[in-house]
Amino acid sequence: MNITAKKESFGARLLKNMRKNWILYLMITPVLLYYIIFSYVPMYGVLLAFKDYKIKLGILGSPWVGFDHFQRFFSAYNFKRLLMNTVGLSVYGMIAGFPIPIIFALMLNYLRHRKLKKAVQMVSYAPYFISTVVICGMISIFMSQDSGIFNVIRGFFGMEPVDFLAKPEWFKHIYVWSGIWQGMGWSSIIYISALAGVDYEMHEAAIVDGATKIQRMIHIDLPSIKPTILMLFILQMGGLLGVGFEKVYLLQNSLNRSAASVISTYVYEVGLVNSDYGYSTAVGLFNSVISLVLVVTANQLSKKFAGESLF
Amino acid sequence: MKWRKSGYRKSYSDKIFDIVNLLVMIILLFIFVWPLWFVVIASFSDPNQVWMGKVVLWPKGFTLISYEELLQYKRIWTGYANTIFYTVVGTLVNLAMTVCGAYPLSRKDFMPRHVVMILLMITMYFSGGLIPTYLVVSKLGLVNTRWAMIIPGAMSVYNMIVTRTYFMNSIPSSLQEAATLDGASSFQYLIRVVLPLSKPILAVIGLYYAVGHWNDFYSALIYIYDDSMLPLQSFLRDILMSTKLTLNNMSGVDMATAAAKAQLAQTLKYSVIIVSTVPVLCIYPFIQKYFVKGVMIGSVKG
Repeated sequence: MNITAKKESFGARLLKNMRKNWILYLMITPVLLYYIIFSYVPMYGVLLAFKDYKIKLGILGSPWVGFDHFQRFFSAYNFKRLLMNTVGLSVYGMIAGFPIPIIFALMLNYLRHRKLKKAVQMVSYAPYFISTVVICGMISIFMSQDSGIFNVIRGFFGMEPVDFLAKPEWFKHIYVWSGIWQGMGWSSIIYISALAGVDYEMHEAAIVDGATKIQRMIHIDLPSIKPTILMLFILQMGGLLGVGFEKVYLLQNSLNRSAASVISTYVYEVGLVNSDYGYSTAVGLFNSVISLVLVVTANQLSKKFAGESLF
Repeated sequence: MKWRKSGYRKSYSDKIFDIVNLLVMIILLFIFVWPLWFVVIASFSDPNQVWMGKVVLWPKGFTLISYEELLQYKRIWTGYANTIFYTVVGTLVNLAMTVCGAYPLSRKDFMPRHVVMILLMITMYFSGGLIPTYLVVSKLGLVNTRWAMIIPGAMSVYNMIVTRTYFMNSIPSSLQEAATLDGASSFQYLIRVVLPLSKPILAVIGLYYAVGHWNDFYSALIYIYDDSMLPLQSFLRDILMSTKLTLNNMSGVDMATAAAKAQLAQTLKYSVIIVSTVPVLCIYPFIQKYFVKGVMIGSVKG
């Protein structure tokens, strides 16, 4: 009896809280407004994917077309190519790019020269802060047919020079390996800090038992940083279809286009260049739904088999 | 048999491992440094020598022609001024918004904090996409104004969560009780206690945002049409990715002019990379340790 009498309604408690902490509510207002306007209104705008958008009629007034845009995309002549390029670039990028920072961190962890360790760490982070535009500029310099370093090396071995950026078959290698060059140092930070937290007593015990460094890596370090590895793996799964727009867009030219067009560049082309709003939104929606499914699946799998999850 | 100081025998396999490891690291050091170093030396070298592939480790035929050429390229300096404006104003807006989000959400006595957190985190995993966002920005009349470079990216949920984690874990809650007893309001507590104690994280987050603005090419590509408002990165793109353009326009021009033109375009590339990247790389060594700290705070599950 007494307890129920003391309990106020939710509304009353909220009102009381608002009165007491009005400053906090005032502060959060612009943040909420920002996300409503720039995230939730566009989410509502996703309706465009099912409409034949007419500027005069607005989103609500435009006629429904159901799944027409999606059907058009699935039967487009370049659908298969776009999907294959997108998935190909990210799967290749993940297979090559995911383990490298882990191996790099493990090896760096056993490097005994302190100064060299510091130096390697410092220079390996630097490329991360260089803009995509400059990275692509550097790629075009180093890949150039007449004076680029790769062709100089090829010439040294008596091979013919290749115009790498004009060859579709080279595109994925250029894209993935330049990405690894730029990102491996930065991605390794999180593993390096996880490795620093590994209990040294385990290593001492292993040393006494005569374990080699490679054995210690495999049996002590790797299991210790497993949660970190899984967490990053889930996050990367979500990005599987989210191949960065900027780099592909900047590196594509009329000659390598068959390999250098992905879903995100297509969304830009049909949307902003051709102003085909409904269709572009549908393609974008297809992309984000698959990404969402992938991240949730990876999360559930990891939860089930490894007991680690992001949400 | 040799024994190490620690008293344990160093196995044969470990010796090989140490040597291989050392070699790999030295090679990696070279792979990371050389491309950057090459751009520096090429910018100071005779364009003809660079063109012939003679410049490898040191500048050849020292000259400043590349920079002189750049000085005459007025558009770059407009872009530079614009980028400085976008970076300064954008970062200030970002920081203000991030604190406005992180502080209430870090307070246990802020009732709707769970609901708000969920609302914000959804936006990390799902977005409306290019066109719906473009239409919103366009409806607000922001397209082709300077605000389009600042407002649509006013804050990032990720950075807000990092800041909130710092507020919650690194500032003892006893301070809040003490401040309340002394009659300080939440706002006074934020200004006098929380923010001064959070300088390290604000520096990290601020630098994340600033580098993001400095390197931003996407926003301008989508929202800005006027040359006078374009940032540095847009002009950089015109110069850096332009060989194809010059080559395409070369029909009808005689060979010597064409070659000179191509060399000039190539030369400009090196100096423009240096001039645009130096501000970021110059402050980089000083802030490097803070960046690392930021990644670590961010990796703590919120």
